[in-house]
Amino acid sequence: MSNNLTRSRNRAFAIAGLGIALIVAVFLSPFASQDPDGLDRVSQDLKFEDKAAEDAPASKLPFYSIFDEYALRGVPEGIATPIAGLVGTLATFGLAWGIGKLVVRGESSPSDESDR
Amino acid sequence: MPIVPLMQALSSGWLYHPIQPYLALHIPDGFLNLPVIAVTWILAIALIAISLNRVQADYQEKAVPLMGVCAAFIFAAQMINFPIPGGTSGHLLGGTLAGALLGPWAGTLVMTVVFIVQAVVFQDGGLTVLGANIFNMGLIGTFAGYYLYKAIRFAIGRNKLSGMAVGAAVAAWASVMIAAIICAIQLAVSGTVPLAVAIGAMATWHVLIGIGEAAITVVALVFIWRTRPDMFYDPPRRAVSPRNRIGVGS
Repeated sequence: MSNNLTRSRNRAFAIAGLGIALIVAVFLSPFASQDPDGLDRVSQDLKFEDKAAEDAPASKLPFYSIFDEYALRGVPEGIATPIAGLVGTLATFGLAWGIGKLVVRGESSPSDESDR
Repeated sequence: MPIVPLMQALSSGWLYHPIQPYLALHIPDGFLNLPVIAVTWILAIALIAISLNRVQADYQEKAVPLMGVCAAFIFAAQMINFPIPGGTSGHLLGGTLAGALLGPWAGTLVMTVVFIVQAVVFQDGGLTVLGANIFNMGLIGTFAGYYLYKAIRFAIGRNKLSGMAVGAAVAAWASVMIAAIICAIQLAVSGTVPLAVAIGAMATWHVLIGIGEAAITVVALVFIWRTRPDMFYDPPRRAVSPRNRIGVGS
């Protein structure tokens, strides 16, 4: 397999993967169950849910004025969560890609494999 | 389906009830005491530091886009709470998925990114307990999940789809159970709730949530196995020449 072909197949994989993630985050997020989840349910059943900090540190961050949990503030409810999903998915994609780019060495030379 | 009717469908009726905070296994601030917070931060930071070193030493550029895609997919999937009989819900944690595709080292970095974005941008999971959340949901999935998956897969047959699927299913389910039990222990040590009660309650729900984790993990991995088996950290032999692997060590 030529290098160019490998590269374009990898690009296609990345685009398809990000596309699937965006479809899930934008179009499926409104269908998510609203029931309390595992720990949430346990904290209600065992009556310790009131221990959760009222004024959590995250609410001091500037993002709190933009997002209320997974909902963009100030837009109709039907699109608040899909937009949060879109932003969050792109943010995690970019951050993970960026960290990978920083940490993984650039074009690895063949000698890299032989060092090990 | 055209976008406009879909948006109307989404915003009608059942969507009007208030959107509740989803926590899943995401611990909020206030549930854990200072010593537990400190220990889990130290463990999380140590494992992240080791992972950074290993990724630097062992991984090749091919892994970078896969890290982005993996993080994006796990973030998106974590938004989708699936119903659990009895009025509870659960969602994918994704550590075993990340571990199978990227190995435990880059997988750890991906999971860490997901929990940071959730806590900092979306107030999901506390900031003071972020170390515990990264440790419980991310690192247990990537390390325990990966090594359990690898042991089972290689025992059944490295190149067999069935080996991969069985290994991933068992590891995904087990990683959720282990994470839930460790979370219960942290709650008990913090004096939030008695140990036996906490473990019983957490285990009961997460037995079922783990089945959802296993199902999503297996579906995603089988799809990738069929389309791009070379994307696996331990690719099936013949699917790929050694040069194309994302990581050299395993």
